[in-house]
Amino acid sequence: MEHVLCLLHTDADGAVPQPAREAVTTALRLATELGGAALAIGVIGAGAAAAADQLAGTGVERFVAVDGPDFASSRYATDAAAAAAIARATEATVIVGPATARFARTLPGVARRLGGRIDTQVTGLAVDAGRVIAERWYYRQRIVTKASRTTRPWLLTLAPGIASPWQGEPGQANAERLAVELSAAEQRTRVVGIEQASSGAAQTIRPDADLLLVAGAGWTKKQADGQPHVADAARLVLGFLERTRASLGSSKSLVDQSAEGGAVMPFMTHLNQVGQTGSTPRHPKGLATCCHGEEPHVVGWRFIRERRAINLDPSCGWARGKADVLYVADAFEVMAKVNALLDGAS
Amino acid sequence: MTDGYHIIVCGSLVPDPLQTLEPVPGSTPPALKNEAMLPAVLDPWAAHSLFEAARLARETPGSKVWLVSLGPKSRLQQLMMQVAQKVPFELVALDGPASGFADAAEVAAALAGAIAAIPGLDRSRLLLFGGCASASRDAGATLQMVAEELGIHDQFLAVDELKPAADGSLRVLERIEGGRYLASVCDGPPLCVGWSTGSLPEPPNSPQIGMQNMRAIMPALQRAKPAPVGSQDLAWLDARVPDQRRDTRIVKDASTDAIAAEIVAWIRS
Ligand SMILES: Cc1cc2nc3c(=O)[nH]c(=O)nc-3n(C[C@H](O)[C@H](O)[C@H](O)COP(=O)(O)OP(=O)(O)OC[C@H]3O[C@@H](n4cnc5c(N)ncnc54)[C@H](O)[C@@H]3O)c2cc1C
Repeated sequence: MEHVLCLLHTDADGAVPQPAREAVTTALRLATELGGAALAIGVIGAGAAAAADQLAGTGVERFVAVDGPDFASSRYATDAAAAAAIARATEATVIVGPATARFARTLPGVARRLGGRIDTQVTGLAVDAGRVIAERWYYRQRIVTKASRTTRPWLLTLAPGIASPWQGEPGQANAERLAVELSAAEQRTRVVGIEQASSGAAQTIRPDADLLLVAGAGWTKKQADGQPHVADAARLVLGFLERTRASLGSSKSLVDQSAEGGAVMPFMTHLNQVGQTGSTPRHPKGLATCCHGEEPHVVGWRFIRERRAINLDPSCGWARGKADVLYVADAFEVMAKVNALLDGAS
Repeated sequence: MTDGYHIIVCGSLVPDPLQTLEPVPGSTPPALKNEAMLPAVLDPWAAHSLFEAARLARETPGSKVWLVSLGPKSRLQQLMMQVAQKVPFELVALDGPASGFADAAEVAAALAGAIAAIPGLDRSRLLLFGGCASASRDAGATLQMVAEELGIHDQFLAVDELKPAADGSLRVLERIEGGRYLASVCDGPPLCVGWSTGSLPEPPNSPQIGMQNMRAIMPALQRAKPAPVGSQDLAWLDARVPDQRRDTRIVKDASTDAIAAEIVAWIRS
């Protein structure tokens, strides 16, 4: 019989972040589909025991916490020690957790430490005849697979957005606090702060936004009058983001220009890049502007459900089955009008 | 200050991202169609880590860079024709599949074994580098397992900057959610860094560096030990390219006003 552990961490405020709540939903379903397998919830971080109370309404019998200031920071050595301790204490055979930056760093090493195996960025979990089956993508969102494993513990980090976040009443989880002793060697790293990546103060990457706006290199190219209009482009893009709270993505060509010191769009960094060597964001809608829609870019759109593009070129990549709608038009003109319409209504 | 770093870069070949990839129908474990014929490149994020390693080595006298690659020997040789001209390094080759479907745990065990056997490697000066994820398995897991196997418990993932300080400590910027960086300071080596893009462009080809590298690369390839990694504990049920083709509606000759109105209505829907 499997012992399922839902492994979570708190956020900077000691709360249970959304990806963790999504993992709770999946773990609850998994335990049920496994015929009532034992289920425990483990929480790591400052305020972990109190965060467990937020999940008391799940009805899960066992909560385990590794709490305290030593575990507040997102740091490999302490997170790995805590995760391994919780996995051992709960005799977990299947461990699910959110694919956050914190767990993406830590859980692979924990799998090794526990003599287990790991699958990361899992996009679906099912149970068939008592066997857990994981869906994940290979070759940067090009090939999707389903597979099962025999080695235990089996760790799985869940991609964001594959389940709705668990919602319910807080209560008394009575989490057991595990004492994890740390050696000096496990405290050689100190987290010293969080920095905004872009030079502008504005945060442009918003993982929870309903809409992704992608800007391509076309925004910096010479336009019909033979001149580039980069300042106008930056104003239009930022203006759209302010009005819609959309998240900003970019093609590689545009961020490379920014990185090479061109006065392109000061708020654009490599972190905005979508695609093969960029990110694969998850948003219900995406609008591509001045971006050609080449394959290494579009692989990053795998989890964008509705896709539209504005491009001057009717035979750009988006026209070839990559977008639902392609507007063959000048993005400068269209986005200026879009911003005006958004103002008119507000 | 340091007497120099011993920098190990883990990275191998992946199909050129411009290629269309398809699995062989029904193959277990999955395999790519015509895999041996696909043009290959050095895995992009691993390539960034190699360039960052070379810069750090150049700026820190006494340092040395090794590239540890697991892949089919003949294809590694072809890859080296491109990579060897970029920056100075010593190759440690392992002869085995470069398939994304080989399990991270098996690959990590093979890489850790090869690293542990490098003559003269000083673990107290060790920086273990690689990409934050591969373009093949795309798991972002192998490097951490190698580090864990080698007893390295200071690990960083999705790094864009690593800066040594005068006291020997290293400051690291890791990408986290929301387009932000987590800044950490580690007392010093050994540590493990899974790189994102970093900040360096691809170096131009240098025939001189290429010739220097190749002298040691050919014997390294001849010495390559077999590493028959696979996915022993995985039962594969399916591997396919989902049909992602959309029925694109192309809107031509519409007025700017009409297009803008349609887009706004769509955003609000
Ligand atoms: C190893 C490797 C990895 C890669 N990884 C990535 C990746 O992660 N992400 C990525 O994006 N790319 C990646 N690429 C690069 C990719 O192949 C393309 O080169 C890149 O995406 C092109 O960017 P673009 O579409 O912005 O620019 P361009 O190809 O220059 O296209 C600009 C577009 O703007 C349009 N345009 C110009 N003016 C206007 C206007 N006024 N109104 C409307 N449209 C206009 C033009 O018609 C054109 O279609 C990778 C390539 C390689 C080899």
